[in-house]
Amino acid sequence: MIALTHRARSTGALLARIVAALLGGYALAALVSVAALALPISKPQAVLTGQLASFAVYTAAVIWVFAVRSAWKAWAGLLIVAAALAPLAWSVS
Amino acid sequence: MKTDNDQRVAGRGLRQSMSGLHTWAGLLLGWLLYAMFLTGTVSYFKEELSQWMRPELPRLAQLPDPAVVAQRVADEIGMLAPGTAQWSLRLPDTRNNAVNAFWRTSARGPGQRGFEEARFDPVTGHKVVSRDTLGGEVFYRFHFQFYYMPVVWGRWLAGIAAMFMLVAIVAGVITHKKIFTDFFTFRWGRGQRSWLDAHNALSVFGLPFHIMITYTGLVTLMALYMPWGERAAFKTPAERQQLAAELSAFSQPGKPSGDKLPLASVEEMVRQAQARWGRDNVGRVNANNPGDATARIAVTRGDDARVSMSPQYMEFDGATGKLLAVHDGVGAAAETRGVLYALHLGRFSDVTTRWLYFLVSLMGTAMVGTGLVMWTVKRRAKLADPARPHLGFRLVERLNIASIAGLSIAMTAFLWGNRLLPLTLENRAYAEIDLFFTVWALTLLHALLRPAKAAWVEQLWAAAALLALLPVLNALTTQRPLWHSLATGDWVFAGVDLMCWALAALHGVLALRTARHGVGFGRTTRPRNAEPRSDDRGAAAAAATGEAAR
Repeated sequence: MIALTHRARSTGALLARIVAALLGGYALAALVSVAALALPISKPQAVLTGQLASFAVYTAAVIWVFAVRSAWKAWAGLLIVAAALAPLAWSVS
Repeated sequence: MKTDNDQRVAGRGLRQSMSGLHTWAGLLLGWLLYAMFLTGTVSYFKEELSQWMRPELPRLAQLPDPAVVAQRVADEIGMLAPGTAQWSLRLPDTRNNAVNAFWRTSARGPGQRGFEEARFDPVTGHKVVSRDTLGGEVFYRFHFQFYYMPVVWGRWLAGIAAMFMLVAIVAGVITHKKIFTDFFTFRWGRGQRSWLDAHNALSVFGLPFHIMITYTGLVTLMALYMPWGERAAFKTPAERQQLAAELSAFSQPGKPSGDKLPLASVEEMVRQAQARWGRDNVGRVNANNPGDATARIAVTRGDDARVSMSPQYMEFDGATGKLLAVHDGVGAAAETRGVLYALHLGRFSDVTTRWLYFLVSLMGTAMVGTGLVMWTVKRRAKLADPARPHLGFRLVERLNIASIAGLSIAMTAFLWGNRLLPLTLENRAYAEIDLFFTVWALTLLHALLRPAKAAWVEQLWAAAALLALLPVLNALTTQRPLWHSLATGDWVFAGVDLMCWALAALHGVLALRTARHGVGFGRTTRPRNAEPRSDDRGAAAAAATGEAAR
């Protein structure tokens, strides 16, 4: 029984990480691409800068999600960065 | 409170979690990535393959003056499609013996645009008469959008696969503590170790290329994958147009005035572009509203002498022939994108660079292939009953066979189809594509029905045979056999024939090695507790001592 709950817990934690990586990572990358509009360059250049950088952000987010010790920490990391970027993205859109 | 599980996860460490990420990100879309890598590799010779697939079209021994060709084909399009809102033609170059052109046809429905495309003979200016085929375009399009599904879905799928690849690469690098030492380590004939060493060598040697090609692949379609910044920044079509001008020499034709005025001399416009960029370094001629008073012609710079796809072009008033503007630079981010885009396509390459692209990209393909095989090699040793592996193992094993050996067969069969399908067949170009996928599906069926090792060996031999006989088929069905192309210095045809033999040899060697050792059926992968057959005991004991001695 205890083994079973452990198993359920670790499966749940793994699923939480996979969702954080696939969707959370994409959301963060998208947020960065919008926040890039706050750069002091012309709009077309800012849009392209955001797009160019977004895949590096996505990759870094996925690596982070699987590198840290728990699914909680993985999500927390993504959310903290997102919270920091949100006002920037909000101000330009 | 920390659970046992948390502690176990914590104890596993970074390298192990990255190893897991590498394995699963690599495996899940690995078969797709292998196919993308191989078709992409072949696409570095897209133009040459297109020439080979249209053998009726003679080789251009000398490049005719692009300015004259442009005028010739512009006149022809003017007759074929009078009143079109837009046409565009790509001038021939050393790799391409035809003028590829497309033009707009009247709208099929509200909000829709129709396009027609054709190839023109640069010498006569008339439409090329050749067999109906998409040529090298087939592998090129498959590489990033696949077939039998809406183009946008295909491109998203390719993007997801590329992201998995990027993650697998980064995780793979972190997994390696001794990436440099490992590169110089190769243990032949040692089962799993050899596969790992091969995978490492292929990955590490080409690492900068693999990272570059994956990232730049995402960049080519980034507007599709990451549209959010663009949506947030631009509210009006005029603003969006500003961005489009940073990316491409194409522009939307404005509303025609209705005053008919014939096009001024296109030849003269191309002459001005030649004076700027060189006689043979003019890329495309694009016309908006040709034949109208508002006509605009853009003559773009060719791919030589710079590594960027950012738009550089001269803009002319189509009715008067007057130079309106020279666009020779874009913003820093747009130029960065242009360079990354160009690095992916490699169109700037001379012959040597192109071969280098091809070979390193082939190593990338082999990296994905060895990675896929390693998944089974590692797990075969741990199987409870190697004679009857579990479903997941069998699935991976069989998909590996069809997507690696089977793809070689299918791609070669596609080229056979180009030579053998009746020329009068309706929708012949698509029949070639259907043949490619039918053969590929058959290789999967074969892989599912035969024992794994036999399936590998048989398919590798089949690929070797098809490749080895393709030059023979070419000699029998065209006027351009190998001895002829060698004698006349026709390196496109000779190159394809010789490449087929080189690849046939490669597949033959792989077939022989697989027949001898198996793909991961080698002795080191035998489970330790397996009971050797009685007549095998002595040998097994000797092998075991040998193992211990190492």
